[in-house]
Amino acid sequence: MALEFGGGLNLALATPFAAAVVAPYLKRLMGHNVAWLLALMPAGIFVYLCQFIGTVATSGHGVHITPLEWLPQYGIQYSLFVDGLSLVFALLISGIGTLIILYSGGYMKGHADQGRFFSFMFLFMGSMIGVVLADNLMTLFIYWELTSITSFLLIGFNHKEERSRRAALQALIVTGGGGLALLAGLLMMYQAGGTMEMSELLTRGDVLRDNGHYGAMLLLILGGAFTKSAQFPFHYWLRNAMEAPTPVSAYLHSATMVKAGVYLLMRVHPVMGDTTLWMTILPIFGAITLIMGTWMSLRQTDLKLTLAYTTIASLGLLVMLVGTSNETAITGAVVYLFAHALFKGGFFMIVGTIDHEAGTRDVTRLGGLRNAMPVSFYAAVACALSMGGIWPFIGFIAKEEMYLGLLGTNLPALLLTLAAVLGNAMMFGAAFVVALKPFLGEEVHTPKHAHEGPVLLVAGPVTLASLGLLAMLFGDFVGAELLRPMANAVHGHHGHLQIGIGAVHVNFAFMLSLITIALGVGFYFRYEAIRSTRGVLIRTLGEGPDSFFDIFIAGLVRFSARTMRLLQSGNMEVYLAATFATIALALIVPMIVFDELPDWPQFPDLYIYEWSTLGLAVVGLYALIVAKTRLTAIVSLGIQGFAVALIFLLFGAPDLSFTQFMVETLAVVIIALIMNRLSLKEHDKRPPQQVMVDASLSILVGLGFCLLLMSVTQGAFDRHLSDFFTDYSRVIAHGRNIVNVIIVDFRGFDTLGEIAVVTITALCVHTLTLGTGRSGLKSKFFKNKSSGFDEATSGQKGAE
Amino acid sequence: MQTLIFRTTAPFLAALMILFSIFVTLRGHNDPGGGFIGGLIAASAFMMYGIAAGVEYVRRALYFHPISVAAFGLVLSSGSGLLSMFEAQPFMTSQWTFPTIMGVEVAISTPMFFDIGVYLVVMGSLTSIALKLEEE
Repeated sequence: MALEFGGGLNLALATPFAAAVVAPYLKRLMGHNVAWLLALMPAGIFVYLCQFIGTVATSGHGVHITPLEWLPQYGIQYSLFVDGLSLVFALLISGIGTLIILYSGGYMKGHADQGRFFSFMFLFMGSMIGVVLADNLMTLFIYWELTSITSFLLIGFNHKEERSRRAALQALIVTGGGGLALLAGLLMMYQAGGTMEMSELLTRGDVLRDNGHYGAMLLLILGGAFTKSAQFPFHYWLRNAMEAPTPVSAYLHSATMVKAGVYLLMRVHPVMGDTTLWMTILPIFGAITLIMGTWMSLRQTDLKLTLAYTTIASLGLLVMLVGTSNETAITGAVVYLFAHALFKGGFFMIVGTIDHEAGTRDVTRLGGLRNAMPVSFYAAVACALSMGGIWPFIGFIAKEEMYLGLLGTNLPALLLTLAAVLGNAMMFGAAFVVALKPFLGEEVHTPKHAHEGPVLLVAGPVTLASLGLLAMLFGDFVGAELLRPMANAVHGHHGHLQIGIGAVHVNFAFMLSLITIALGVGFYFRYEAIRSTRGVLIRTLGEGPDSFFDIFIAGLVRFSARTMRLLQSGNMEVYLAATFATIALALIVPMIVFDELPDWPQFPDLYIYEWSTLGLAVVGLYALIVAKTRLTAIVSLGIQGFAVALIFLLFGAPDLSFTQFMVETLAVVIIALIMNRLSLKEHDKRPPQQVMVDASLSILVGLGFCLLLMSVTQGAFDRHLSDFFTDYSRVIAHGRNIVNVIIVDFRGFDTLGEIAVVTITALCVHTLTLGTGRSGLKSKFFKNKSSGFDEATSGQKGAE
Repeated sequence: MQTLIFRTTAPFLAALMILFSIFVTLRGHNDPGGGFIGGLIAASAFMMYGIAAGVEYVRRALYFHPISVAAFGLVLSSGSGLLSMFEAQPFMTSQWTFPTIMGVEVAISTPMFFDIGVYLVVMGSLTSIALKLEEE
């Protein structure tokens, strides 16, 4: 059965990446209506994944497959795991992805790069499905990083605008930095748990909690989760990410990617949760994020920013709930996560439609759109009802469950309940600000004459908004088949969950709900007043880290510029002297320290032609030293090189000798060309102290190599490898020339690396000499250098 | 350097050198030679031609940009290593076949293509550098 699933699951994971390749071409052929065709791919994945629902719900545990072993000796492989938690996430990603692709077709219509946009969206979709379905920790990490990279590409999609570029870079730095922490955390989990497979790890009980490094491990994992899920103090990147086109905000930055951090926390909860540390850090940061986010959301006039801050707040709420390690609270978190993906995805799309059709999304410049855009209006109201937690929408169940779970008699429980009620109330206010303010009231003159969006734009929000109600009508299925298995996978018990129209119980939680709604209505009507309050503390919490980020980056740029100026003087002579001095020291010092200097060799007994070859080398050397002009010096160096090549030939290494001849010839020609190019003076005049330094450096390097070669030849020669090569080069590799067989076959991988280096060198030389003439080289070099610094300083300015 | 004799003989000499470089590359598996040395010979041929006739002629004669040639060589070399994956063997496991072409048994193998890749990389990279430097 595993194999049977494996084939299809691999295909499901590969489909988005394939779609990313073909999307731009299809777009060119078919225009923006290609969205209908492209949406079939995520829809197919969604339908395919649906077949797992029954298996996962009845079996109670997941389906694990390993399609590809990668580095089995380190436990690294490509493996997938489908259980209640990952399945619901994957369904949300592919399902909402279908709607988003349709929406992108309408929203980005006429954009020159719409094809590329589709491509990025599919790349993200594939990566995100990978994150949630990954079983192996390294598979998880790779997909995790891929979502950061695709998010970077999408936030910076309007790359000609400075703000987009800054937001994209900021998101990449924050989530990428978190990714590094996550990698360290995952490796520690591997060390402590002894397996790279998450599904295995989940069965090992307390092995991680009992580990001595549990604290560090948890903090590193949280570093990944908090940055990705925009928890305070890392939330600012998510606000700035709203520079992205609205489909991106709806998909990545509300429904899916930002939940990756929450997903990770839920995933590791059975093995890492339920400890004092867990139940301290998560609720505190979650609650701060919740209160700060909701308050900030009420202060915005840009509808998209209002939504962005409520998303940050919702993520805080989820982290807080997971942080309680309470079964009912976690069930509430699971339901809330599901409901949030539906209503927030829908909300973002509606705001995008308003922006698209009315030309602005500033709430103060909108009003009375209900007649022009009735469908969007009803969808928005439905989303707001779910977000506000009003019966009979799915958000209602989420709120009841979380209140039930949070309630307690001790002080922390009361504080968390208070935070949840306040946060939910403000969220209620924000929801209705977005859903009602643009549509009700006087008709306001908008930049564009507003009318309802086309099918592509309204299909998504209407579907998502009505799903908030349908999920309740089909509550038995959603509860038992989807969300209960998901909650069970997180808290590790067989909990109960009742979803449906009839699931209304008048208890204390219900009272809290009523209070929340009453407060929320108050926040809605006091909206204008809240916007004009100062709220210094919360504004510092909300906007402070963003400025801190700039200060941090500016400091980093200054620091590296200073270090650069110190280390990279730009003087070739200094570089060469440093390089050769390092070589000399590395050769001589260890030999003296470890007392491994070679013995003085016996006087060699050589034939006359061998002596004369050596004499040739000495003559070349002498000619080099006394040479008057540079050209003579280069040619003399060639004499010396040819003598070495002759020695190779005499001692039976024709291949080596052959190559040495060619290299010497080419080196002389190329050095001559370079000198010609650099317009060096004919004579090489150096001051006496410079001559002293250069001479002693050369002598030291020469001495070092001489000593090294002598000690190598004096030691016992290990014939192991050479015997192997001699014995097998003809038999296995069908070649009589052992040297060549070693190069292309036995040690072919080394050669592959070397030729890659050769190609890169050629590329570098090509770039360095690009567009430089004989006379322009020097000035060009300095111009380049100064422009490099200009860039650094302007980057600094931009960051400031 | 643009003397009449050198200018006249350079094309022939270059052609001969390139022919020789191919010969050296292909025989490399059994006799002294191979892709690296072959590439060096070919590069020196182009270099000499460039000094004699001017860089423009060499670029026209090469048709492809030397960097592209080098990059193609790199792709060829890595690609030859990938072939073994289809046989479920590790990367760069040599594959050999000995077809008889016109009555002669010819050895065709992935190391041969690998070596040709090395040849192209060395030739392309060095030619690119040299032509760039020769350009006034």
